[in-house]
Amino acid sequence: MHVPDGFLDATTSTGTAVVAAAGVALALRGARRELDERTAPMAGLTAAFVFAVQMMNFPVAFGTSGHLMGGALTAILVGPWTAVLCLTVVLMVQALVFADGGLTALGTNVTLIGLVAIAVGYGVFRALRAVLPATRTGLLTSAGVGAFLSVPAAALVFVLLFGLGGVADVALGSVGIAMVGVHLLIGLGEAVITVAVLGAVLRVRPDLVRGARHLRRASALAPRPSLAGATAVDVR
Amino acid sequence: MGAGHGGGLSAAYVPGDSPVHRLAPHTKLVAVLAFALVVVATPVGAGWAAVAYAGFLLLLLTVAAVARVRPGRLLRGLVVEVPFVLFAVLLPFVSRGPRTDVLGLSLSESGLAAGGSILAKATLSVLAATLLAATTDARALLRGLERLRLPTVLVQILSFMIRYTDVVGGELRRMRVARESRGFRGRHLGALKVLGPAAGSLFIRSYERGERVHLAMLSRGYTGRLPGGPVAVVGGRAWATALSLPLAAVAVLAAGSLLG
Repeated sequence: MHVPDGFLDATTSTGTAVVAAAGVALALRGARRELDERTAPMAGLTAAFVFAVQMMNFPVAFGTSGHLMGGALTAILVGPWTAVLCLTVVLMVQALVFADGGLTALGTNVTLIGLVAIAVGYGVFRALRAVLPATRTGLLTSAGVGAFLSVPAAALVFVLLFGLGGVADVALGSVGIAMVGVHLLIGLGEAVITVAVLGAVLRVRPDLVRGARHLRRASALAPRPSLAGATAVDVR
Repeated sequence: MGAGHGGGLSAAYVPGDSPVHRLAPHTKLVAVLAFALVVVATPVGAGWAAVAYAGFLLLLLTVAAVARVRPGRLLRGLVVEVPFVLFAVLLPFVSRGPRTDVLGLSLSESGLAAGGSILAKATLSVLAATLLAATTDARALLRGLERLRLPTVLVQILSFMIRYTDVVGGELRRMRVARESRGFRGRHLGALKVLGPAAGSLFIRSYERGERVHLAMLSRGYTGRLPGGPVAVVGGRAWATALSLPLAAVAVLAAGSLLG
């Protein structure tokens, strides 16, 4: 659900563009801590994954299907700063190549889907992870709640922006309730898909889930090194 | 949750050799962004707004004719705004202010104006962006963003994403073909047991591919920067050609506010 051009006035769009640029600048520094000089290829491939998985339709309920937005999932998998970069890049490609989301609204979309959804999703995840027991169930619960809340939070900020610089005179309260209500349902789908995907990765390669580092126990076998393990270079 | 982007990144580009295709990508990016800004800046309540929108549409259709982009391609680009059409249609019902009767329904006047202008503005800028994507391939867009001083790391991430989207999308397609040839039908919630791991293994494959790509780059002497080719100088004439679109739009806007 990307905001197109014309929804918000020029002043609000400029304001969100400044917020988005500042957020992305911070993320560029933060991602260097998460990935050092591997930032470009790793974040690029993760962005390609996010883009591809958004094309995948999951059954949600009552015969309807939805797709993942992926902010919370990406943040838990690769870290919040890298996730902001991935989502930003995906939104740029969607706006430039598919005209999905307006060009003047790119800052708004990055702020909502990149910054707000990831900050809320990952923040809730971290807070719950600290409280819940350090088990697989605890981790998946925190991830599910984080993903669930990230969607209505983004919708709520959109309603606030619409109140600030929207082009229509609507009763903000009723629109807010409607938007948040619809997005609570969408958030439910997001949570279910996030937990399913995260559970699958945890089962196969728990070392790749950045948000699950505290679960790794000392094992008899040395963990697979992240870089030095590969000798043959297979590139496409 | 917008419409899907079937067909990968290359599907948006219409190969050609028109004057619009030949323009330097960064001039086109600036032109389309400026055009979208002018469209957004058009006042909602003004009586002449509808005439201005018609003028903007005429400008875009002229560019499409010069670029030889078929109307069917432009119409297909409009599919992405379908979810927001619903929102715009609802506005006359939920907006406040004086009401008017249309076909027996009591609608808000300001809501009608706002809904109509949202539809018009979104449609116009989707058309402009579709024209940009149809006349500029993804690599050229990337070069354009680089010329416009987008941070280098962001340009590199974009370039890796664009380069590998078809590879990752291809893996997704092969997994779907394999699932469906085993009789899989994902119509109910239980399908998540199959689709979740599928998406999970797609992540693992993408991540591991990223590690291999990075190793390959290191072995070829990557130091954190990608070498760029020589940068062609873009003269004032090319800028003038590209910027004729937003300038004409400004002229329409000025004429509207002076005469209307």
